[in-house]
Formats: sequence, C-alpha cells, structure tokens
Amino acid sequence: MNVSVVDKTASAKLTWWLIGIGLGGVLWIAVYSQLTALADAVVSAVGLSRGTHLGEAVHFFLYDTPKVLLLLTGIVFVMGVIQTFFSPERTRALLSGKQEGIGNVLAATLGIVTPFCSCSAVPLFIGFLSAGVPLGVTFSFLISAPMVNEIALVLLFGMFGWKVAALYLGMGLLVAIVAGMVIGKLRMERHLEDWVQKILAGQVAQVNGEQLSWLERLQAGGAHVREIVGKVWPYVLVGIALGAGIHGYVPEDFMASFMGRDVWWAVPAAVLLGVPMYTNAAGIIPIVEALIGKGAALGTVLAFMMAVIALSAPEMIILRKALRPTLIATFAGVVATGILLVGYIFNWLL
Amino acid sequence: MKNIKVLGTGCANCRTTVALVEAVAREKGVEISLEKVENLPDIMSYGVMSTPGVVIDGQVVHAGGVPARSKVEGWL
Repeated sequence: MNVSVVDKTASAKLTWWLIGIGLGGVLWIAVYSQLTALADAVVSAVGLSRGTHLGEAVHFFLYDTPKVLLLLTGIVFVMGVIQTFFSPERTRALLSGKQEGIGNVLAATLGIVTPFCSCSAVPLFIGFLSAGVPLGVTFSFLISAPMVNEIALVLLFGMFGWKVAALYLGMGLLVAIVAGMVIGKLRMERHLEDWVQKILAGQVAQVNGEQLSWLERLQAGGAHVREIVGKVWPYVLVGIALGAGIHGYVPEDFMASFMGRDVWWAVPAAVLLGVPMYTNAAGIIPIVEALIGKGAALGTVLAFMMAVIALSAPEMIILRKALRPTLIATFAGVVATGILLVGYIFNWLL
Repeated sequence: MKNIKVLGTGCANCRTTVALVEAVAREKGVEISLEKVENLPDIMSYGVMSTPGVVIDGQVVHAGGVPARSKVEGWL
C-alpha cells in the first residue's frame, strides 16, 4: 500500500523530469543555433561596429558567454547522469586483477567517466591499490581523471571542431596510459608512505554499492549542474572577458612571434608556466580560443592548458600525504614530459 | 544515542555534510554524537574511497559527495 504510493509520486516526478529535459533540449538547440545573430543584434543595438576594437571585444564576449554556458550546462548534466553508472567502487572492481597494459588503457578510459575530485585523490588511490590494482594502472587513472576532462572536450569541440577534440582526447589518453606504464615499470611501490604500505598489507573493507532508479540518476544530473556550473561560472566569465580583450585589442599574428609553431622553446615554456597555475577547463578555454585566433600554435596552447588542469600544486600537496617526494617528482616529471610531446606533435601535425 | 562520524580531509563538501547532519538532528530533536574524522589512515580504515563519507555506529552508510537531505533524515 505504502510502497505503491511512493512509486506513484516517483513515476510522476520522473515524467516531469523527462518533459523538462525535452523542453530544455529544444530551447537549448534553438538558442545555440542563433548565437551569432543574437550577438550581432546586441552589438548593433548598443551602437557599436564590429570594425572597432571595442566592438570586436564586446561581440566575442556576447557570443562566447551564452555558448560556453550552454555547452557547459549540457555536458555537466549528461556527465552527472553517466557518473551514476560509474561509482569509484564499480571502477575499482572493473580494474582489480587487470594486467598492466590492458589495465592502463581501461583505467585511463574509466578516468573520463568516474566522478573525481582532487580532495578524494588519496582515498581513491589507496582504495585502488588495496583492491589489487597495480600502481601503474592506478596512476593511469589519476592522470586521466583530471586531464581528459569532459568539459574541456566539449568546449574544444564547440570552438575548434571534432578533429581538435578527438586529438585532445587521444593524446590525453595516450599520456595517461604511457605515463602509468612508465611508473609501473619503475617499481616505485616502496616510495609510498609507511602508513599506506601498512594498510595495503591489511584487509579491505567492503562498501556495498547502492542501486539507483532513473529518477535518482536524473536528479544526480541536476545536482551536478547546480554544483559545477554554480561553482565555475565566475571563472568562465573572467576567462571570456580576458579572451575578449585579447581578441579585440591584440594585433593579428602578434602571438606568432613567441607562441607560434616555429618557436621551439614555446612548448616547454608553456608547460613550465602552466604547472603552478590552477584553474578549471571552463575558464581557460576562452583564453585558448583567443590566443589561437592571434597566431599562437595549437600544440603550444594545448600543452599550456593540459599543464594547467592536469598538474596542479593543490593536488600534489594532497598526494604528498600518501606518496614520498621521489614518487611525486616522478609523477610530475613523467606527465610533464608527456604533455611536452603532445605539444610538439600537435604543432607538427597541424 | 547514535554515534555519527563524517569522514573527510577538510574539503568544502565535508564541512557542508557536517553542518547538514547537525541541522537535521536539531530539527528532529534526535540526540547524536557527531565526530569529524580527518586523519587519512583512519578514513581509509573504513574502506571509503570517495569523501565525504558518513559512518553511523560503525557502519558506512554513505560515500562520495554531500548526502541528500532526505537521506540524512532517513538515518535519524
């Protein structure tokens, strides 16, 4: 009796969610297809011309802000739902007992869809190791999770097309897979802190996963949008404003002289500059877009972006609690080398 | 009296979880002893992989993210 009442309200709620998603989707497509027209209309309504610096900057801002926010909301909702299928516990179960090689590939791939927050990096790391996931495979996951970022992927797709997005995805996975295999080959287990080694020798506690209904999955998507978009929108606006300034005021080909593809030291400089900086993908991509428009080479800029989002000082400080400095340095060194190679390969290919 | 532990290394979500559990307990007039576990080896001894986690009377009931309010109400 009681159960059927609960079922009825749940199915009514689910219906409302589905109607809402349908309407939202239609509205989303309608607005997204009219972005240039909307920005043109507003720019001419306030009496600016696109021939002027200010006009170009304002147009960039008005065009990019709704575009980035729309893409962001869409992907974050979809990922929020997808992530309910890949809890860390499930991912760990999929990875445990896998050999190096195939395990690295699987770990890097799962790193894209498993929910990950750098404040959980250590528990996740130890949880994986204690279930028998090899160290190198665990690192493949830890590298891929922040670097092959679904937000970065969708924004790159929206701004540069599918080829650049696919290259970014492929190269990011490659760095995570190879870096994990290298760390695995180096046999660095003894560079874990003592308390970690003690836990690994002990028993594994088991937590049972929960079974979720579709309503709960959709609600998780909604909560994900509130959490992520609610948190990153100021970064996005600042990023777009900076990008707009570059777009409007920096002369054409200005960047080519020191961020162009013929400047051999630009890629390492970009990586070195990117490591201490930390922001999220959504904030950095409008800047990337503007730099590329001014003649910066794609590989150089992507290397900068990967270094900013994959190697961050806060995450390393957290990892330091479980990893000795040698292992942290190896981790940073291997990933930085990978990013460097990606930068050169992009510059050479495109 | 229920013994509730919130596991987490001190990120924003962990503080939100502690505040939420406190608020719900006060609202419902349930007496609890609330404890924050920030020491990593202690957190790991519960086998939790994503923080914040919630432990009630030694049993892990939640892991990963701030629990929904309805879920917290169900525990108390």
